Amino acid sequence: MAYALSSPSQRVSSRPGQMAAVLLIALFLGVFLIVPAGTVIYTAFTEKGTGTFTFVNFFDFFGTDLFVRSFWNSVYVSGMSVVWATVLALPLAVITTRFEFRGAIVIQTLGFVPLIMPPFVGAVAMQLLFGRNGTVNLLFNDWFGFKLPFMDGLNGVIFVQSLHYFPFILINLSTSLRNIDRAMEEAAQNLGASGFRLFRRIVFPLAMPGYLAGASLVFVKVFDDLATPLLLNVKDMLAPQAYLRVTSVGLTDPMGYVISVILIAVSIFAMWVSAIAMRGKDYSTVQRGGGGLSRRQLGPGESVVAYGVVLLILLLVLSPHIGLLLLSFATVWSFSPLPDAFTVAHYGRVFGESSLYIKNTLIYASLAGLIDVVVGGAIAYLVLRTRIVGRRWLDWAATSALAIPGVVLGIGYLRTFYGVTLPDGTPLATLWVMVVVALAIRRLPYALRACYAALQQISESLEEAAENLGATKLRTVRRIVLPLMMGGLLAGFVTSFSTAAVELSATLMLIQSNSDAPIAYGLYVFMQSPAGRGPGAALGVIAVVMVALCTLLSHYVIERRQKANGMAK
Amino acid sequence: MDAMVTETGLAGSAKEINIRDVDLFYGDLHVLKNVNLNIRPGEFFAFLGPSGCGKTTLLRLIAGFNTARNGQVMIAGKDVLGTPPWKRDIGMVFQSYALWPHLTVRKNVAFGLEQRRLPRAEIDRNVNAALDLVGLRHLADRRPAQLSGGQQQRVAVARTIAIEPKVLLLDEPLSNLDAKMRVQVRRELRDLQQRLHLTTIFVTHDQEEANTICDRIAVFNDGQIQQVGTPMELYEKPTNLFVANFLGTANILNGKVSGAGTAKTFLVEGGGVLPIPEGAGVPENGRLVFRPQYATLGKAAEGAVRLPGTIVHREFLGATVRYGVKIGSSEVLVDQPFHSGASMLETGTAADVGLQPASALWLAA
Repeated sequence: MAYALSSPSQRVSSRPGQMAAVLLIALFLGVFLIVPAGTVIYTAFTEKGTGTFTFVNFFDFFGTDLFVRSFWNSVYVSGMSVVWATVLALPLAVITTRFEFRGAIVIQTLGFVPLIMPPFVGAVAMQLLFGRNGTVNLLFNDWFGFKLPFMDGLNGVIFVQSLHYFPFILINLSTSLRNIDRAMEEAAQNLGASGFRLFRRIVFPLAMPGYLAGASLVFVKVFDDLATPLLLNVKDMLAPQAYLRVTSVGLTDPMGYVISVILIAVSIFAMWVSAIAMRGKDYSTVQRGGGGLSRRQLGPGESVVAYGVVLLILLLVLSPHIGLLLLSFATVWSFSPLPDAFTVAHYGRVFGESSLYIKNTLIYASLAGLIDVVVGGAIAYLVLRTRIVGRRWLDWAATSALAIPGVVLGIGYLRTFYGVTLPDGTPLATLWVMVVVALAIRRLPYALRACYAALQQISESLEEAAENLGATKLRTVRRIVLPLMMGGLLAGFVTSFSTAAVELSATLMLIQSNSDAPIAYGLYVFMQSPAGRGPGAALGVIAVVMVALCTLLSHYVIERRQKANGMAK
Repeated sequence: MDAMVTETGLAGSAKEINIRDVDLFYGDLHVLKNVNLNIRPGEFFAFLGPSGCGKTTLLRLIAGFNTARNGQVMIAGKDVLGTPPWKRDIGMVFQSYALWPHLTVRKNVAFGLEQRRLPRAEIDRNVNAALDLVGLRHLADRRPAQLSGGQQQRVAVARTIAIEPKVLLLDEPLSNLDAKMRVQVRRELRDLQQRLHLTTIFVTHDQEEANTICDRIAVFNDGQIQQVGTPMELYEKPTNLFVANFLGTANILNGKVSGAGTAKTFLVEGGGVLPIPEGAGVPENGRLVFRPQYATLGKAAEGAVRLPGTIVHREFLGATVRYGVKIGSSEVLVDQPFHSGASMLETGTAADVGLQPASALWLAA
């Protein structure tokens, strides 16, 4: 690859400007990612106080019942979440990609909705809908005389997480299914296979890489999630334990670090599994002379079943949102299927005293998105357009953030920067800027991919033409590369912005005062008390609407830009 | 080889295919228009035509991947249109081969037999026989991605014949191979077909492929069968201008028929009068059609008619020299054999095109 790329612009020796960019980015990644993560790992492997290398912390961890139970609980919850997310995603993916189905686009779009709300926000609404005394169980009790433990203990975490993260499987699996060459299926039919056997032996194996990619993502996300178990009052899982150890026992307790290392190891393991699965991704390339899978017409009976299944799943998937909406307008909602009466007072309260949260969120998420786009764009340019030393290392370093859960990054920041104080005595770690940086680091890998994609679409000859006409490198970047990359950069910004706006795990560790808190933190605080649920729900609805609007707006802008560029060609 | 084939039973008795009054629509688009065709048992038959002419559509109809609005597709006397693809026992080799990348070569070939719930031993025997037949048994444990294009194609064939299909359908099986492989593989296909004595339909847009390996060809255009015949028949006696143009190069000249009975002549636009041989059918508004190699330049042989023209261009093709000659407002091509020392005619010079009336055809526009 490196040999094949040898256009003149890359043979030019590194310029001072590029060198400075590399050093700046390296400094940023080093200080805010490598050092904190390294510190966490180092602390886990050293003896408390002395700093000598040891495994004793890990022996302690596996010698403590609570931790071992937490570990297995985390594995169990993540595994079961994958199972249930699959149960939700598989029918939707199959029905929308393999059958002529009215509303397939609506389903695929609604499938994304869960992702734009933090899972822990939905958790509260889910308690009211599916909890021991929630809507569904009250109705079940009236009708059938029994209740189902949807939300009890680990079940609740599994339920909430699988509803929230199933889109990852839906998206990846649908893409894989769509990319299977129709001839693959027809060849099997031609040789005598049909129906479920055809699906089991040919179609599903071919979609396997996409499924595994989605499933491993769900596993990691659930394994790392802090806020949902905490809010559901499930404490014997790994991420909550790490948080509780650090916040209650203190920053010097090694257990928080041991748990962090385990979280990192599991993340890397899951990504490795996913990478192995994707190695055979030539499975899903559509071959010459073929189209996507043929869509079959549904019979009348099948239609009823299909629509029934789809509606049921959509209702389930959107139930947190519906519940949240109801809650945000409810006066009192307790021990009854629906709220007693409705009011807009919660919104009034939120806009009055809690507008600070909204303002903070907008600032933090915008800044984080901006940092991501600038750093991501710079790395993409250095990797794809220059041959400067160390550019690959920047790429790897930025991408490695994928393996660092939010809790771990938060702990790392506290450990690394708590000792560093500002002139007025406040520790650097608790400054709101650190929240922004943590959010930026966490979202950087995704923004980086968007920047790569944007830059790869631009033909190098466009830049060479500019240079040929006398433009310097910097000028070429400003006049040619940036305008053409703008759509991709915007996409990267929006992804970072919308996910940063609802992220909590790192924020929960770093926020010290309410005045610095973003929406996610405010939500968390509100949702702790029954009295705060109404305003909390209102805040949650605002967050969802805000993220959804930003996403829609950016789609609109990107599409318009692409159309304009397409016409210019 | 022959003995082994019969022992393993891969060769069955050849089936006849009858297609009757088939009309097929994609939405409002009339893709196949009243298609009628009879393919004899054991025949190697080609569907030939330009892209979008409906040839692949008809093939997929036979395999069961399309549905006709009306008509019948009879295989060995039984209408199969109501049968789903997986119950038809019709082997199809796909243009992209459609080898499943997650299965080994052996598993790919065994798939159809496993669907038929055959005993394991029989499956193994048939798989080996099919792989032997295409000479790929030593690669049985590879994945498709580890094979070359030609090998993949042969696996696709082996996978299809392993189920002992009633008929074999080949959808442009050579189009993904390079030119050299194409010649080799088409010989192998012909060889295999002859040994299995399997009724086979071969879809292609390449007349050379169809001519070299097929017993008979149906020429398609615009959803209709234009003509059915052996390669020689189609070349010598095309029944319309499309067929004449699609197979080989054809010169077409406008003109008028004059006279009646045995004294009928054809007045070529731009000069020249051709006596119309007795028995030659000349349709209303018929045009004169002849192949470039059937005409001469300069000295005309006895009995030939001279059409006055001017040489407008010249191409050296190796064995022949191809001249473009302007006759009236039309241009015709004339091939002259080339041999060392032969004198060439210069462009711009006047030259008469000599044509034997027996080499001429008259086809409707």
